[in-house]
Amino acid sequence: MKELFPAKQVVGFVASLVLTAVALLVYFTDMTFTVGMTILLATAFIQAFLQIVVFMHAGESKDGKSIYTNILYAVFIALVTVFGTLLILLWDM
Amino acid sequence: MEFLEFFERFAIPHPSPAIYASMVAIALTSIGIVAGLTYFKKWGYLWREWLTTVDHKKIGIMYLVSALLMLFRGGADAIMMRAQLATPDAKLLDAQHYNEIFTTHGVVMIIFMAMPFIFAFMNLIVPLQIGARDVAFPRLNALSFWLFFAGAMLFNISFVVGGSPDAGWTSYFPLAGNDFSESVGTNYYMLAIQISGIGSLMTGINMCTTILKMRAPGMTLMKMPMFTWSAFIANVIIVFAFPVLTVALIMGTTDRLFATNFFTTESGGMDMLWANFFWIWGHPEVYILILPAFGLYSEIISTFSRRNLYGYSSMVWSMILISLLSFLVWTHHFFTMGQGALTNSIFSITTMAIAVPTGVKIFNWLFTMWKGKIRFTVPMLYSIGFIPLFTIGGVTGVMLAMSAADYQYHNTMFLVAHFHNTIIPGVVFAMLAGLTYYWPKFFGFMLNEKIGKVTFWLLTVGFVLAFFPMYLTGLDGQARRMYTYSEATGFGPLNMLSFIGAALMAIGFVTIVYNVYYSFKNSSRDIGSDPWDARSLEWATHTPVPEYNFARTPQISSSETFWDSKKNGHVLFKGEIEEIHMPNNSGVPFIMGIIFFIAGFSFIFALWVPAVIGLIGIFVCMAMRSFEKDHGRHISVKEIKETEEKLGGAK
Ligand code: HEM
Ligand SMILES: [Cu+2]
Repeated sequence: MKELFPAKQVVGFVASLVLTAVALLVYFTDMTFTVGMTILLATAFIQAFLQIVVFMHAGESKDGKSIYTNILYAVFIALVTVFGTLLILLWDM
Repeated sequence: MEFLEFFERFAIPHPSPAIYASMVAIALTSIGIVAGLTYFKKWGYLWREWLTTVDHKKIGIMYLVSALLMLFRGGADAIMMRAQLATPDAKLLDAQHYNEIFTTHGVVMIIFMAMPFIFAFMNLIVPLQIGARDVAFPRLNALSFWLFFAGAMLFNISFVVGGSPDAGWTSYFPLAGNDFSESVGTNYYMLAIQISGIGSLMTGINMCTTILKMRAPGMTLMKMPMFTWSAFIANVIIVFAFPVLTVALIMGTTDRLFATNFFTTESGGMDMLWANFFWIWGHPEVYILILPAFGLYSEIISTFSRRNLYGYSSMVWSMILISLLSFLVWTHHFFTMGQGALTNSIFSITTMAIAVPTGVKIFNWLFTMWKGKIRFTVPMLYSIGFIPLFTIGGVTGVMLAMSAADYQYHNTMFLVAHFHNTIIPGVVFAMLAGLTYYWPKFFGFMLNEKIGKVTFWLLTVGFVLAFFPMYLTGLDGQARRMYTYSEATGFGPLNMLSFIGAALMAIGFVTIVYNVYYSFKNSSRDIGSDPWDARSLEWATHTPVPEYNFARTPQISSSETFWDSKKNGHVLFKGEIEEIHMPNNSGVPFIMGIIFFIAGFSFIFALWVPAVIGLIGIFVCMAMRSFEKDHGRHISVKEIKETEEKLGGAK
């Protein structure tokens, strides 16, 4: 029975619903911009991670290692690009 | 009257007799080509063997030919600029023409010469080096080529239809905006580079997949030949860098065509954002070019030193490190833009750090040659010349990397000398070395060594004479992108020297064409499949390479499997010949290239009806591909055996 019940997927599904609901709170309740943005960013990244791991099966095939290397590399470059740009054009201009 | 008004937009805003002469020359050449193809009844051959091919070797050859053609186009621009600067107050070109020429020179050389050159070698060599039958997505590969070709042609007609771009190959806003660049020139820049850039991105995905998924049994990542490693890293960089260019070009296009305000100076736009995006792509781009060049040098140096490559794993790790660092240094191209000392210091340090892995590679090549039995063939001469010359380029790069000092060097001839000092011995010499080295594999005869050596010396002496004086005039304050200078500056004599150097290089390039002609007529065709006594897998198959590359899948022992099979009794090919599955040819990539060309042209001139029809056409082609059932074809065992027999016995 245990093998047949897709516990991981069900938990994943419920979790993504909860994350969506939390994100929606930002719209429906009255909070400061900073708090709102923090919630949005946090829920968005957890959501994306959840989708990739649970529903897109990253890591389950034998390419798992290269998929995670790839994601890590991409995240690194994206962060460097975004924060580098902010540094150059806003924070240190 | 209205009819004439419509055509007025295609007129050249700043004409000259030379441009009219080129128009006539282009028209005559086109008529000549069409007439020749018809007269010799070659249309069918052209369509079957080239326009519809999905064979990586033929696509590689088409890239090669295009790159050589563009080398001459860019070279013509270069010699015109040097001639104009040879003497003070010269009147050969006026300011506007000079602007257009340095812009097209830069774009043609980087995007339409160097890029197809490295794609040529990736296509020709990578599948052979990993023992594959083709790349992972052969039809996508053909599409990549035709998009590159459409972009290149689009860019090249700019100077006779509507006017060339004139805002520099960096095309900085606000200069590149509609206020300061009124002609369609910069539209050409945005759309031509966009189209070929999409092709490059697809090649990046294609090559990464090929290298990760299609290696012959036994070839672990750390047993890949060095050129394949360099191609892999370069393609990883392509996949991460080119999307930035794509987006920046779209933003630039909409700024110019639809008055969005991304890069304008008012309405919330930010002109410096363009420079930022451009170099986020631009610096990784120079490593996209140089890494495959390093890969070629690695193959050549180890073959002609008769030793395996020194420090294989440090070579690999230094490239992986470079691939990360290359995304961390882009600000060094605009140290003077006004950001604070903190930012500049951070990027100074990352820039200097990138010289370290590059230095590691230089030492590895030196140690490979150390105690090696060196044969001074033409490819080896280029590789040996590359090391000291490139090192000088690297050293001046580190000078430029000091942000405080860069306020002095920036935008002067010193910078121009630096980047030519890395690109010419680094990339161009590597391409010519690779061309000479791999020529026999793909064309069945060797290029003449004597003429090749003359070429090498002409290019090397010419290079030193052309570019080293610029370090001096640059330090003395000669600005780049200036069409003339007064006699009182004293820049005259050194610029004349530069011109002489450039002329020597031009002669050098002509000797390459002569060499091909001469060798085609005189060289022996009986050269076997391994004329250089080489080491890696691409030499293990027949010359000419059969369409399926290897009749039986090779068994891999090391990064020098072929050498092992020659010297250490490794058995490369085991088992029986089996039926081979190959992809079918297709005309769709070529047709999509044409549609992209038409759509791009229409966008450039804001002709919305054909532009929209073109876009729809592109999506129709893509949709058709999704519904197409094409399972490829099979080459029978009998046919393979016959081919193998004809090529001199089964391998
Ligand atoms: C040792 C490694 C290198 C270092 C430290 C370095 C450093 C630099 C710096 C600091 C600049 C900007 C200078 C300025 O605008 O004032 C620059 C410009 C440039 N570099 Fe390099 N570089 C290196 C290697 C290369 C390589 C390998 C290539 C190409 C194959 C290359 C191509 C260029 C180009 C095209 C420019 C011109 C940019 C422009 O038009 O403004 N560099 N380099
Ligand atoms: Cu750079």
